[in-house]
Amino acid sequence: MRAPVSWIRAHADLPEGQTPQQLAARLTALGLKLEAITSPGADLTGPLVVGRVLSLDREEHTNGKTISWCRVDVGPEHNLAAPSKDEPGRGIVCGAHNFGVGDLVVVALPGVVLPGGLAISARKTYGHVSDGMICSAAELGLGDDHEGIIVLDAAEAEPGTDAAAPLLLRDDVIEFEINPDRAYALSVRGIARDAALGAGRPFRDPADIAIEPGAGESYPVRVDEVAGCDVFVTRSVTGLDPAAPTPRWLARRLQLAGMRPITLAVDVTNYVMLELGQPIHGYDRDRLRGPVVVRSARPGETLRTLDGVERRLDPEDLLITDDRGPIGLAGVMGGQDTEITAGSCAVVIEAAHFSPTTVARTARRHGLGSEASKRFERGVDPRLQRAAAQRVADLLVRLGGGRIEAGETIVGEPAAPAVIALAADLSARVTGIAIGASAAIAALRAVGCTVEESHPLQVTPPSWRMDLTDPYDLVEEVARVVGYDSVPSVLPSAPPGRGLTASQRLRRRVGRGLAGAGFTEVVAYPFVGGSDLDGLGLLGDDPRRRAVRVANPLSEREPLLHTTLAPALLKVLARNAGRGFDDSALSLLTRVFLPGSGPLPPAPILPVDRAPSAAELGALDAALPDQPHHLALVVSGQAGADRTPAWSAALAAVRDVARLLGVPAGVAADARAPWHPGRCARITVDGIEAKDTVVGHAGELHPRVCRHFGVPARTAYAEVDLDALASRAPDVVPGPAISAFPVAKTDLALVVDERVPAGAVESALRAGAGDLLESIRLFDVYRGHPVPAAHKSLAFALRVRAPDRTLTDDEVAVVRDTAAAAARAAVGAELRG
Amino acid sequence: MMPAHQPAYDPVEVAALQPAAVDAARDDAVSAIAAAGSLDELKQVRLGHAGDRSPLALANREIGALPPQARKDAGARVGRARADVAAALAARSAELEVAVEEQLLVDEVVDVTTVAAGSTGARHPLTTLQERIGDVFVAMGWEVVEGPEVEAEWLNFDALNLGPDHPARSMQDTFFLDPPEAHIVLRTQTSPVQVRTLLARHPPVYVVAPGRVFRTDEPDATHSPVFHQVEGLVVDRGITMGHLKGSLDHFARSMFGDHVDTRFRPSYFPFTEPSAEVDLRCFVCLGRTPAVESCRTCKGEAWIEWGGCGVVNPRVLVACGVDPDEFTGFAFGMGIDRTLMFRHGVSDMRDMAEGDVRFTRAFGVEV
Repeated sequence: MRAPVSWIRAHADLPEGQTPQQLAARLTALGLKLEAITSPGADLTGPLVVGRVLSLDREEHTNGKTISWCRVDVGPEHNLAAPSKDEPGRGIVCGAHNFGVGDLVVVALPGVVLPGGLAISARKTYGHVSDGMICSAAELGLGDDHEGIIVLDAAEAEPGTDAAAPLLLRDDVIEFEINPDRAYALSVRGIARDAALGAGRPFRDPADIAIEPGAGESYPVRVDEVAGCDVFVTRSVTGLDPAAPTPRWLARRLQLAGMRPITLAVDVTNYVMLELGQPIHGYDRDRLRGPVVVRSARPGETLRTLDGVERRLDPEDLLITDDRGPIGLAGVMGGQDTEITAGSCAVVIEAAHFSPTTVARTARRHGLGSEASKRFERGVDPRLQRAAAQRVADLLVRLGGGRIEAGETIVGEPAAPAVIALAADLSARVTGIAIGASAAIAALRAVGCTVEESHPLQVTPPSWRMDLTDPYDLVEEVARVVGYDSVPSVLPSAPPGRGLTASQRLRRRVGRGLAGAGFTEVVAYPFVGGSDLDGLGLLGDDPRRRAVRVANPLSEREPLLHTTLAPALLKVLARNAGRGFDDSALSLLTRVFLPGSGPLPPAPILPVDRAPSAAELGALDAALPDQPHHLALVVSGQAGADRTPAWSAALAAVRDVARLLGVPAGVAADARAPWHPGRCARITVDGIEAKDTVVGHAGELHPRVCRHFGVPARTAYAEVDLDALASRAPDVVPGPAISAFPVAKTDLALVVDERVPAGAVESALRAGAGDLLESIRLFDVYRGHPVPAAHKSLAFALRVRAPDRTLTDDEVAVVRDTAAAAARAAVGAELRG
Repeated sequence: MMPAHQPAYDPVEVAALQPAAVDAARDDAVSAIAAAGSLDELKQVRLGHAGDRSPLALANREIGALPPQARKDAGARVGRARADVAAALAARSAELEVAVEEQLLVDEVVDVTTVAAGSTGARHPLTTLQERIGDVFVAMGWEVVEGPEVEAEWLNFDALNLGPDHPARSMQDTFFLDPPEAHIVLRTQTSPVQVRTLLARHPPVYVVAPGRVFRTDEPDATHSPVFHQVEGLVVDRGITMGHLKGSLDHFARSMFGDHVDTRFRPSYFPFTEPSAEVDLRCFVCLGRTPAVESCRTCKGEAWIEWGGCGVVNPRVLVACGVDPDEFTGFAFGMGIDRTLMFRHGVSDMRDMAEGDVRFTRAFGVEV
């Protein structure tokens, strides 16, 4: 809402010296948030004066143009002595012809700088020295009217006086951001009311006018749909002079408030809407057919609205109709058939009150927000209609030469505002400000409430405050009048807390560990498309293809929520590679969205007057997909430490994460998209029910996947279900018993078939070695003579220690032999040499 | 030796044990030790002058041939000389070892400027800032709670007093899952975590809920369809707006420094009443003239919009099963991305969301 300060001041007795900035600051503190202050006209400087045309010679020039060579009286201060018999004045060349001798015009004298930076000086043109410029409205920044120069009314000013004042050129305009609960401030009336409140000065209500309808009814109205329209008032004005112009003051105010002047009748309805906040619709009375009826739309009905669009109506749309059918979308926009035109002489004024919900739904349904719908949606004062209609009628009579037809049609009556019981100390209890009962009562009265001083207080909000329904609403009013800056700053003392949850601590640990290991964390949007899943090589029955779909995605190509982090992370990697960072180790820790196998049931919309039952809450949760945290890692180029292959760096990182969480993780070969089928590891943990629950995979990406996402060849990728992994993390780590006895070290070299994974050999050795084994490490893999073809030799270092004694050589040999025997039994491993 | 001192009753004389001979042998040894220029030379000197066949060793063997009366004297003499030689050897050896090590250290000089920084990674500042915010509140005894990002419409809107016709519920603003009649949305705010918390715990409740939220905004410098908020919720007996202000003052100072103040302006949120916008006094110019006039952080306004807050609307408490006559509460919601932008002078939201490694690496592992 934009409000010229002069208009606010017309209704609020503000202190003389209060600057627009101070006014805006006061209003912001009262809840009308300053958006911007502009000062139209401030960019015009220098002597802009009223001039009277003394003489005028039309001269035709060789270029085909006709100019007016004028002598203009610009007042004694600015007039120059005449060179001959002429009266004192200035000679000015003008290209416009819409004026004559004796007219008052606006003269920019040399020294004026016009909006846009044009500097006026005396200059030679068309054989004369033009000593200034006669201005059009557009040249002064007063709208887009280039049709001729401005001619002032004779009564408006004297030659030589400042022209900015009669033109209302300069003003300050404050633009406010109006919150939904302050609908009253979508009017000068409401803003001036708060401005006066903020200054502690009197407010003059522009709606406080004499309503003199005379006897009888005005234009007939019937309201069939009472739920959508509780008040409908009409008045009629006839005998309008269609040629009557909109006076400058009115046009200028509209313009400063951001609306374009059109014709007098339309401008008056808009003016009253801005002034009072009551949207008005004017009908050309001669184009109405029969009584106006307010009803819901019927199937198949259409309406061409004022913007020229033919609209198919919905049965829930509330309509204004006459005998021919729909003539307006109630509270949103009128129809073209009955609109006021430049030739209209008789006007029916509609001032109605429509249901906010009805108007909001209609406006949304038709994508048609208007100044009227904006106000109705938020709530218009339901007791304003008669005054608003009277105000429009008065202005049309005064400015357009019409006369008010006797009679007033009033259909309906607004519901009386509900009385709110308010404990006198609630404001103090809720705000923490020491507000006594009398201060609270005074504040409520200051905003227009009626307060009955009983226990509790009985408060009736004013008609323009539909938002005030609950005691806490009244507390906010009290608080803003007393001032939010009075709220004290007090730290509450919470009961002792338990710190972070285990899951939060584990995620932090993983994040730090990965950063220490060289991974750079990135964030990513969760949106993916089917082509991303195709690019990963996920087949039709892959559970990761079962994704939830966004009904209104930002991009139709990415309508799904990701089930795997691979597309998101690979796209980030591709972007970084494109920027020259192809040696990257990146991590992404965020949620995936897994709807599971069946369709999800819809979520209920529960009542809000009580807490949901456990079953209802369960129904809400059952409608949601699983949303576990996944951790994804990607390693490309030389980012693997010590030039190890990227796949092994990625796998090692995942194992490190498991170790950080204190979870023993197993690794086994797997074949799964999007990985290279021969370079993919499955990460398992001991499950709660089953052994070896799979929590993730790591390895080198399939070459096709690298090409699809545009990431470097041999990029490695790992993804684990971090929540599943973390759920195995021990709550409390049992302290170890440290043996003080010496360690015995022994090595074992075993020859196995090439296809036997080292991990399988190690598991067998571990199982065979028994409790005395402290650790085992693969330290060499050898192929070649004398190891047979298609075989490999694996060398393991074993550390053996007893908790209670020094082991003898024989005991160590037994451990070694049983381990070797177990490996032979399990995978056919032969002791080498 | 003076002949007069020689005991006449002991005719045995051994030349090598004569004091002059012993002294000479010692002096020879000491000078040879001093002359040794390396540990190898010293080893040779040791063999020659302190070894089994050295003059002093040979002299020592002769002591037994002396008459008993003379042995003590000669023994002491030879012993002293040998001790002198041993001491000289040890001293010279130590000197030479030091020299060798000094040389070694000289030889082993490295170019310390060849070492590149390690390949330490970095954590995303939105992650670490959320952790830091969590720590601020945990230090006050609050707890950090979380909730789902794909959320039931009722929890995201209805329970928070946003009725069915609230404009924020439209598909203009909110991502709905398909089909929309299933009433599942991508949460538009962290506030549903308030509701979940109140449904799961009995007051007193003191929690913060940082997390991701979603709105249907096309990405640009100041908008992102995915951004982060931190929600705060306190429900207890006797809670006032003053407690809200105190908590936010502390939060603001923890984020932006001890000089920072907050300002409340009346505002509107369906789930709080009274509601307020929180502005921060600009922590760069502190709102002081003339610095404020050219301040790029607050754009000359002295205050920066930080977030929304208010007293929990009793209607929300009712929908969460909390008795509004017994308990009051407050809630706030601040943009974490916005906080990061102010705090670190980041001017484009897309930098935070795109995943360029240079952005993350600039922040290291803490903010």
